[in-house]
Formats: sequence, structure tokens, C-alpha cells
Amino acid sequence: VQNSDVGYFENCRCVVFYEQPPPACAVRSQKRSNCEPMIARGKNASDLFPAVVKNVACKNIEVKKLVYVYLVRYAEEQQDLALLSISTFQRGLKDPNQLIRASALRVLSSIRVTIIVPIMMLAIKEAASDMSPYVRKTAAHAIPKLYSLDPEQKDCLIEVIEKLLADKTTLVAGSVVMAFEEVCPERIDLIHKNYRKLCNLLIDVEEWGQVVIINMLTRYARTQFLNPNMNEDKEEKEKKKTEATAIVKRKPYVMDPDHRLLLRNTKPLLQSRNAAVVMAVAQLYFHLAPKAEVGVIAKALVRLMRSHSEVQYVVLQNVATMSIKRRGMFEPYLKSFYIRSTDPTQIKVLKLEVLTNLANETNISTILREFQTYIKSNDKDFVAATIQAIGRCATNIGEVRDTCLNGLVQLLSNRDELVVAESVVVIKKLLQMQPEQHSDIIKHMAKLTDNIQVPMARASILWLIGEYCEHVPKIAPDVLRKMAKTFTNEEDIVKLQIINLAAKLYLTNSKQTKLLTQYVLNLAKYDQNYDIRDRARFIRQLIVPTDKSGALSKYAKKLFLALKPAPVLESPFKDRDHFQLGSLSHLLNAKAGGYQVLPDWPEAAPDPSVRNVEVKESVRAVETVTKKSKPRIGSSESESEEDDDSESESSESEEEESEEESEEETKKKKKVGNERLENTRTTDIHTHTHSERRNTHILNCDSQPNTIASVQVFDTICKPAWLYMQFLLNPPLPVSVPQTIIPSGNLKTYELLHRITGEGLSVEYCFSRQPFSPDPHMVAVKIQFTNSATSEAKSLHVEDAKLQSGMRIKEFPEIEVLPAGETISVVMGIDFCDSTQAANFQLCTHTRKFFVSIQPPVGELMMPIFMTENEFKKEQGQLMGMNEITEKLTLEEKCQGEHAVVQRVTTAANLSRVPCGSDKECRFAGKTVTSGSLVLVSVVTKEDGAAQLTVNCEKMVIGTMLVKDIHQALTQ
Amino acid sequence: MINSLFLINPSGEIFLEKHWKSVVSRSVCDYFLEAKEKALEPEDVPPVIHTPHHYLISIYRDKLFFLSVIQTEVPPLFVIEFLHRVAEMIQDYFGECSETVVKDHMVMVYELLEEMLDNGFPLATESNVLKEMIRPPTILRSVVNTLTGTSNVGDTLLTGQLSTIPWRRAGVRYTNNEAYFDVVEEIDAILDQSGTTVFAEIQGVVEACVKLSGMPDLTLSFMNPRLLDDVSFHPCVRYKLWESERVLSFIPPDGNFTLMTYHVNAQNLVAIPVYVKQSISFFECGSDGRLDVTVGPKQTMGKTVEGVMVTVHLPKTILSINLTATQGSYTYDNGTKLLVWDIGKLNPQKLPNLRGSLSLQAGAPKPEENPSLNIDLKIQQLAISGLKVNRLDMFGEKYKPFKGVKYITKAGKFQVRT
Repeated sequence: VQNSDVGYFENCRCVVFYEQPPPACAVRSQKRSNCEPMIARGKNASDLFPAVVKNVACKNIEVKKLVYVYLVRYAEEQQDLALLSISTFQRGLKDPNQLIRASALRVLSSIRVTIIVPIMMLAIKEAASDMSPYVRKTAAHAIPKLYSLDPEQKDCLIEVIEKLLADKTTLVAGSVVMAFEEVCPERIDLIHKNYRKLCNLLIDVEEWGQVVIINMLTRYARTQFLNPNMNEDKEEKEKKKTEATAIVKRKPYVMDPDHRLLLRNTKPLLQSRNAAVVMAVAQLYFHLAPKAEVGVIAKALVRLMRSHSEVQYVVLQNVATMSIKRRGMFEPYLKSFYIRSTDPTQIKVLKLEVLTNLANETNISTILREFQTYIKSNDKDFVAATIQAIGRCATNIGEVRDTCLNGLVQLLSNRDELVVAESVVVIKKLLQMQPEQHSDIIKHMAKLTDNIQVPMARASILWLIGEYCEHVPKIAPDVLRKMAKTFTNEEDIVKLQIINLAAKLYLTNSKQTKLLTQYVLNLAKYDQNYDIRDRARFIRQLIVPTDKSGALSKYAKKLFLALKPAPVLESPFKDRDHFQLGSLSHLLNAKAGGYQVLPDWPEAAPDPSVRNVEVKESVRAVETVTKKSKPRIGSSESESEEDDDSESESSESEEEESEEESEEETKKKKKVGNERLENTRTTDIHTHTHSERRNTHILNCDSQPNTIASVQVFDTICKPAWLYMQFLLNPPLPVSVPQTIIPSGNLKTYELLHRITGEGLSVEYCFSRQPFSPDPHMVAVKIQFTNSATSEAKSLHVEDAKLQSGMRIKEFPEIEVLPAGETISVVMGIDFCDSTQAANFQLCTHTRKFFVSIQPPVGELMMPIFMTENEFKKEQGQLMGMNEITEKLTLEEKCQGEHAVVQRVTTAANLSRVPCGSDKECRFAGKTVTSGSLVLVSVVTKEDGAAQLTVNCEKMVIGTMLVKDIHQALTQ
Repeated sequence: MINSLFLINPSGEIFLEKHWKSVVSRSVCDYFLEAKEKALEPEDVPPVIHTPHHYLISIYRDKLFFLSVIQTEVPPLFVIEFLHRVAEMIQDYFGECSETVVKDHMVMVYELLEEMLDNGFPLATESNVLKEMIRPPTILRSVVNTLTGTSNVGDTLLTGQLSTIPWRRAGVRYTNNEAYFDVVEEIDAILDQSGTTVFAEIQGVVEACVKLSGMPDLTLSFMNPRLLDDVSFHPCVRYKLWESERVLSFIPPDGNFTLMTYHVNAQNLVAIPVYVKQSISFFECGSDGRLDVTVGPKQTMGKTVEGVMVTVHLPKTILSINLTATQGSYTYDNGTKLLVWDIGKLNPQKLPNLRGSLSLQAGAPKPEENPSLNIDLKIQQLAISGLKVNRLDMFGEKYKPFKGVKYITKAGKFQVRT
């Protein structure tokens, strides 16, 4: 049992104490997981903190991850104990593996403990300049976390954001813009230099990043460009004034090419499967595009309506706002907003809203016919909304007002009270527009007071009668009489209207209603509601002439019976577009926390040259796919065409290739074989000093007639052959060199450039494990180019190496021509400075540049040396303590036995075997290529596959990594 | 961005919570539960609720509420889309999305949620990437895991997140290389009483099941791509090629995925495969009514219509029903007043008919509106729009894959008003 396991059993014991014990057979796997369900169920598991944190260094990945979860959850409560774990993450930040570096940073930055702010800051800064884009992405994610923990770090963080914004990879773009939005959304100046790059990268960014970038760019564009619709808008305004001046004032509008770039590059995203992306593009077009182009978004938005009902809900909210300003856009899709009886109520109401907004003279009859079916629905809230909608249609479109009114009056005889009530309210509003012609309707409504109980409707009827009592002089006093009878049982809102009615009648027809009015006012005087008491007192003073009554009573009639303007029935979505569409604030129609106001267009455009970037840094260089000869962004149309070209070219070439492949497979193999042979020859020319004798050996091989088979054999033995030579060169061996030390495994090849990204050019590399003769401190890397495109590739060479300090590259000689279908290999030397940092450089053809990087496994950073047993023991004795790393391991079944162990170790690392008397022990020696530090490895095997691995090395980092690699090689 | 997630069952019990920033007390859910109480149907709960300190954005899916807590401005669709991804992920991993499944795999769901968001911002939502990190459970693996104590967390370091094609995992190997495409078309329609089409359109989706080794590069072309009016793609599809040549070119994700959804050009008249003759009437005096529904084939392009089903939400005042069906069987739930008539295959010679009497509760008034009929149907081997796949080519790998295309037409939201 490993050390770490002890820890977690201990931990498990505590955890099990809290949860009921799981069935016996499942104990092992269940126990470790028990803690997290407690968190997930919201139980407090903080007592277990010390026991759990102990496991942070555990080797088991699942336990580790769960410990991370636990740690992040409870660190805030148990700050001191959480600090214990920090060192583990700090170590992780230095790990050669990018994923481990990233996850260490992710957890470290999630621990909300103020004391570690400086450590986090440092880690973020370092990670922001990491070689790996994934680690840089994680750094971008960490920025808002640190900012929320300590806002005082803002200035430092902005520096990091600025740096990351300049990053050219799609992986980072989304995350850093997110950080920008959370930390410093006001610093729009940081965007200038990166604007074009962001536009160009957009389509390749992951979908969540796209949403954030598009929203940010919308805001940016509003501050930097001119309103594309300014002439139209101006025109509208000026039409009201004088048309002559409008023509004079109008300036020709020319769209900034950068504005165009944004519109063009976002348009394809309307086809995204992600509703949030589609919505983001839609709002961008709504806010930024010229009127004529906005239409493209309608189709995509209508498509979203097919989605889940929540998506529909949000999209409809936005469509409702858009349809007020740009009605024409959605008119062709009118039928998509028809309502199904199965829609949830809130969707129905929103669809109604859109239908109402879309109604005009031409389509009103179809819409009204639809509304008629809706009125019969069982969903009463929806029916009420439909009646409101009819009312709005009637006010907006004069032609149908009478039809609508008649329809609504018919509804007054509906059996459902709510429907009637709603109709009354709407009719009241409609009648206010032209009361003279409709006294019969008012009479009809007056009769309803006997039956209708809904307060709002009763109040509306009373108001109508009071307001237009002159049109119904006979009925009005009777209604008041009935109302006076039931006054005490009415709702407050109705009581107020009764008082109102009474007052108005008193003023117009005091003879009949004087007593009634006084009766009502007396009742009101003793009402429980002070509003009503107030109103009664006020009205009494105003209308009933007494000695004390002031000057106002003269004007009572004017006060009460003034002509009141008809209410305007407006969409609740009117003017909601001052909020950025698609935002939470727009949906709630209230400013949400952190909402960034969408600025108004500037009067004059700010200097567009701020977005210019030097050609070298230009976006073009980033896109490995695009042609070198391409003009810079400015001229836009040509670019998109070219992109098309390049893509189609590549697909063509692939097609042809696959056809060829089947036919010519055998032929090719042969060819490849021959080439390999040639390569090794060329490399040999470099290595002549070291291995003259080997050349003869190779030549012997070469002279054999049979090509394919022998060449492959040759390839595999070439390195051991060289080793063998060394053995021969060195003085006599205590034990005979066994055949088994020669690893039979092939050299592992890695991909440098995939055929698809390389547009037909694929590049692979391997570490040939031969000394690089021009410079013995360099690692030889064999690079193999295959041109599977249809055209030949010219002048392949290395350019613009970006290296860590101290690293050097010896480039291979330029390959002038690589004909289609051919393969060629070359050797280059890289001095990695004994680190596993990748060497980055550009691989150039005559048309393209590709960013590539070679990252060496630690085992390739060394070269074998020969040692005797005694020398080995002596050297090992000097490299004890810190320089010795020991690990226990269990050999896999297949790996037990000397032969297998030797083979696996020598495959994992470029080491030579040191003779040894015991057959239980295998020893290997080598030195690092750059500094020549000794690397000694020994594997001692015991019974049952148990084994102990010891590595002694001056360079501890190399030692640690080597242990890991060999451990992996032996246990897999 | 997204602060916390709560999973709530229909009875209002919170059975999972996950926080990506500092912990938000679960009492915040009370606002939601209040709104849920008010709503008649779970679908009627407003998706966005404003509380004094937080915003709650929720979705209702598979009889569960996914409720997220937001503190600052964020596009609501962003959150809604993400919540649906969570639900899809659970479905994808465990075969279904339900309370029991989540409770059974609590730890794994929790681990998945941890990977999907970082500080509330989506980190890894591609199923291929997630599956590389946390392997989905299989029966065999769970047995092995219990015996050996190993886990489902991938012990190799994943590379999917690093690649430029995050949707495909590296090193895929199959002995049988297959690529299947299902073209599924749904007819959305509203027919009125007389059978005239008020509204009809065709929505299609191409579902793919691709199990190919290595890094295949596929090109799918249609015979009549002009039919497609509005399309949306999986991120793997190269949009430029579609624009220029109307072919779908892509490196597919491994396994099942939705390649594209499309909308058929609005100019094309939609063939309605069935007609419905119905009469539902209630008598003014007695508390009785009659129902008579006949379904028959209309424009079926010579194929058989299968799986026909008629669903009716009867008015709440119905007391009981007494019907006879000439074909298939019907079920009626008196609680929800839901009548489902499962017809099966349509036989043009002998049209299925459902008729009988409805009795109303005593004293209840005659319902004003007749319930509308929702029709479900399926036609195998036919895409009703006439869309046809032309060919599928594969580049980049040498083996010969097995290819297949299947067409199905279904009824989408197909409603007959009465």
C-alpha cells in the first residue's frame, strides 16, 4: 500500500462515520467519495477539513480532484488549514506538464483566502507568459477570481489583461475578454490594438467566448464608429421640419472598414447551434448594422423559437422590442408567431405582443381572425391579454376600429366574467376616442353593472357613464341609485368611481341626483378607507355650494368635465432598446448589477488609426491557414474569397490523395523506404567523426539487395549499433554484453504539423538519438516532410525561432523543392538547455508560415555514456541525498524480467546499460546533452514484480521527471 | 457569471447544489419555490426571477428544475443554453436525466459540474472532452471499479482541451468503422376546423452516429441543397465551404451528435400527410356531448403512415367519457383529462375512427372552446421535404467505412383546431 493510501483510509474512516456504511464489497470505492455527496447535498462537512487536506498530495487523480473540490468549498472557513495545501499547488505551477500547471493555477486561484493574494498575483503573472495557451487561458480565468477577492489589485491585473489581450490564440481570446468585462470594462482603449485580431479570430473561438466577445465588441463599436443609419434617422426627424434643409445637411455616409469587418465576421455565427451566440449576433446587428442589413437576423431568431420554451421566452422578449423599431423585418415570419394551445401562458402572451406589433393595414384581417380563435381559449389570462391586444390593434389601425369594437361588445355577453371585465376596460379606452357615436354601447354597458362583479370593470363602467352622462341622461341617475344601494359592499376602487359619478351627475343634473349624491357622500364620510373619506370631503367642498366654499367651486364643472385625452395604448416593450438587447437588464427592464450602458453613437468618429497594428504583428501572421501574399485586412472583399479558395484547395488535394493512396500504396512504401536510407546517409555525413566505423556497417546493410525489409531492420538497429560501437571502443567488459540491451522498439515519432493544417504538407519528427556532430551540446532531431498536396512545396526552411533564454537551434539546410507526393528527411540540432521547455519556431514554405513547437521528453535530453560497475558505484555514492530519488513500484506482468526492463528503460530514456554482477539489478548511465551532468538509473527487482527505481542526478528537476517517465514506462 | 446551480424536483426538494464562487445559501430558492407554487403548470414558472440580491434563471426539463443563481449582468440565453447543456450531459452520461439517476451518480455529476465551469464561466462543455476526463459508467466498469477500487476519473492527462478541434478526442480506434446519418424531418402545422392549413413548415435535423478511427475528414453532400433555407451547424462544420459549395465538410466528433438543423424553404408548399375529420359538440341543454374523430392519409408519397397518435386535452368539466375506437386503443386519465388515442398504422382502405359520448359534470356549463387535437405520426424512409443525401466521402484515413443514411418524417407541433 502506498503512502498516500494510508492518508485516505484515515480520511475515509472519518467520513464513513458521518454517512451510513456502504455495503461491504463497495467499501473501497465508496468511502473516498462519501465526502462530496455531503457537499452536494448541502451538508456541512467542514469538520473533516484537516483529514481531507492531508490527501492533497495523493497520487490518485480522483481523490486528488475531490480533495480540490472540498478544499475550494471550505477554504474560506478554515483559512489556516487551507494554507497548508498551498505549497503543493506552488510546486504544481512549475510542473513540466501544461495541464498540471493549469489545474494547479485553477485551484490555487479558487481558494478564497486573502493572505495568499500576493502568491496568486505572482502565479497569474507567470502563467500569463507561459508557453502553453491552455495555461494562459487558465490565467485569464484566474483574473476575475483574484479581482473579486481583492479589488485593490486592479491595476496589476489590468496589466496582465493587456498582455493577454494581445494573445493570438483562440483558446485565450474568450477567457481574457471575460476577464476584461469583469475587471475593467471601461478601459475600451485596451481593445483598439486587438480589435481586428478579435474580429478575425471570432469564428474559431469556443462558443461561450464568442458570446462575451460579441457583446463587448458591440459596445466598442458604438463608441468608435458612426451611426450607419444617421441619414435615415435624421431624415425622419427633419421631415417634420422642412424637407429642403434635410437635403443640404445630409452628408454621405461611408462605413469604416473596421465596422464592416465586424459585421462581416459575425454574420456566419448566426448559424451557430448555440442560442446565446445567435442572440449575441442578432443584437449586434440590431444595434450596429445599417437598416437594410438588419433583416438577416430575423430568420435566425425565428429558428430559435423552435427551441426549448425558456429560449423561446427570452428570444420573444427581444423580438418584441425589435419588432417595434423594425417591423418590416419580421413581417414575413408572421405565421411563426401564431399561438398553439400547448404553449405556456408566458409564451402566448409574448407571441401576442409580437403579433400586435406586427399588425398593419394589410395583415390586420388575418391577425384578427387568429385573435378570434384565441378568445375561445380556456386559458383566461391569455384571453385577457388577447382582448388587450385587440384594443391596441384598434387604436393603432383606424380602419378596423369599428370592427374591433363590435367584436368586443359581443364579448360582453360572454359567460366568463373575466373576459367581460377585460372587454369593458378595453372598450372604455376605445370609446374615449369617439364617444359620440357609441352611446348605445354605453347604454349596453350600463346594464352590465347588475351582473358584472369584477371591480376594475365596474369602476370602468361607472367612469364611462359619469364621463359621458350627457349621452345617456336617463340611465345615468338610475345607475347611481343602484350603486348607492350597494355602496358599502363595493371595493375601494369602485367606491371612488361611485363618488366620481355622483359628483359629475350633481354638476350636470343636480335636480335628479342631489339627494343621491349627498347620501353617497355621507356613506363615504364614514368609510374605513381614508382615501375614500378624503375624496368625499374634497368633493363635497368642491361641488356643494356653501358660504365657506372657496373660489374653486366656480370651476368645479371645468375640473370634472374637462375633455380628457384618450389614453395611448402602447407596447410595454417600447423604448426598451436603450438596454443592450439580449441582456438580463433588457429582459427585466431594469438595470442589473454590472450592466454596461450601451453608449450612443458619437457625433464624429474617433481616430480610426488607433486600431492599426504593425504589419509584423498583424492578424494575418496568426492564421496559419492564410496565404502570405495576401493583402492586409483593410480591403475586405478579397479576403473572404481567398479564404474560400484556400479551404477548397485543401479539400481537393485530400481527395486526390486518398484516391492515389489506394492505387499506389505499394509503390509508395518502397519509395519511403529508400528515402529513409538516404536520410540516414545524410545524417551520417554529419556524424562522421564519432562513428566512422558505423558507416561501414551501414554501407554493408545498404549493399544488401532486398530493399524494404532490410531497410526497416536497419532503421531499428541503427542506434544500438552505435552503442555497440562504443562498447567495442571501450576496454574489456566484465560481463559479456547481452543481446537484450538492444531495444527493439522503433523511435517514437511525433507530429509537428498535421496534413490538414499544413494544407497537404505534413511534418513529423523523432529524436534520432545520435550525436549532433556540428555541436555536441545539441539534441539531434530528425524531421520528415511529406508533401501530400498536388503542387510542389518550395524552399522549406526555419525562421523566427522564439526560444527560451539559453536555448539554441541549428537549422537544417533549406530544402529547395519537395515535389508532390514525395517525402524527405533532414536533421536539425536543438540545445534545450536541459529543460523540457518547447522550442518554438516557424516552418516556412514559399507560401506559408506555420508556427510549430518541439517539446522533448526528458529522456531525450541525455546521451548514453559507458561506465564500469565500479565507476557507477563510485559516482552513485557521490550523488546521494537530495540528488537521489527512489521510488517503489510494481512491475507489470509483461515487464518482469531483465530483458523487458532494459528495453523499456532504454526506450524511455537515451541511456546505456552499465554491466552488473547481479541479475536482479539493471543499471544505466548517461549524461545530459547540454551540461554533461551525470544521470544514473538503477532498477532492482524483487519477488512478485515489486521493484525499486533509483535515479541519481545532479539536476534534480531532470531526476524527478525521469523517475516519472521511467516509472510510467515500467508500469504500463 | 453563473454563481451556483440547484437541482430541484417537482415537489420542491433541492437534491443537489453546486457553487462555483462563494457559497449562496439555498434559502435563495424560496423565491423560486414561491413562483412555482403560483404557476399552474411547471412550464409556466418564469425562467428569470428577480430577487433582492440575486437573479434566478431556471429551466424545466425532464421533470426537473435546473436553477442557477446569478449576481451580475449576463445574457440570460447564455445561462439557459448552459443549463440545457448540463441536462444533455447528464442524459448523455447516464442514459436519462432524472432525479434517481443524479442521486445514484452524485459524485460523478458533481465532478462533471466542476469541470464544466470555472469561476462561473464555461470551461469544458464538449462531451468528447468531458468523457476523456471522466469516463461514463458502464455496468462492467462499475463492477470492476467496486472490486479493484479504481475510479472513473481518467488517469491519462487529456489533450482534447488543448487541440483546435476540441469536439473530437484523440486516438479513437474502432474495429468496425461506421458512419450513420439520420435525416429527421418534423412537420409543424396548425390546421383549422375545416382542415385548411393555417400554418405549416418543415424543420429538419441531421443526427449523426459516427464511429470512425483516427481523424477522418468527412464531406456530406445533398442532391438538392437549395431546399434548405435556414441552417445551423455543429461547430465542426466548415461554414465557408457550405456558403460556397453547399456541402457539409467536417471532422466529426466521436459518437452521437447533431450535425445540423435546418428549415425548409418557405416557398415550398408543405405536404400534410394526414387529414382529420372531427366533430366535437356539446349539447346546450343536457350535460352531454359527442366526439367523432376520423384520421385518414392525405399526401403520403406512397408510404405508410405509422405511429399515429391523437392527443386531446379535454375540458376540465368533463365527468367521464364513453368511446369506441375501430382501430387501436385509447387511454383516458380522468385526473389530467388527457385523452390519448394510439392508432398505429394507417390503413387507407379502412379509416380508423373514434366516436362516443362525453358526459359533463352535473350543472357545469357547456365548454366554450372545443379542445384542439395534437397529432403524432411517423413515416419511415421519407423526408417529406424531398431532401436527399447525395454522397458521403471520407478523407484523411485509409480504411473503407460503412456508411448509412436513414430518413424519417415525424409530426412536430401538429395541431388541429376544432
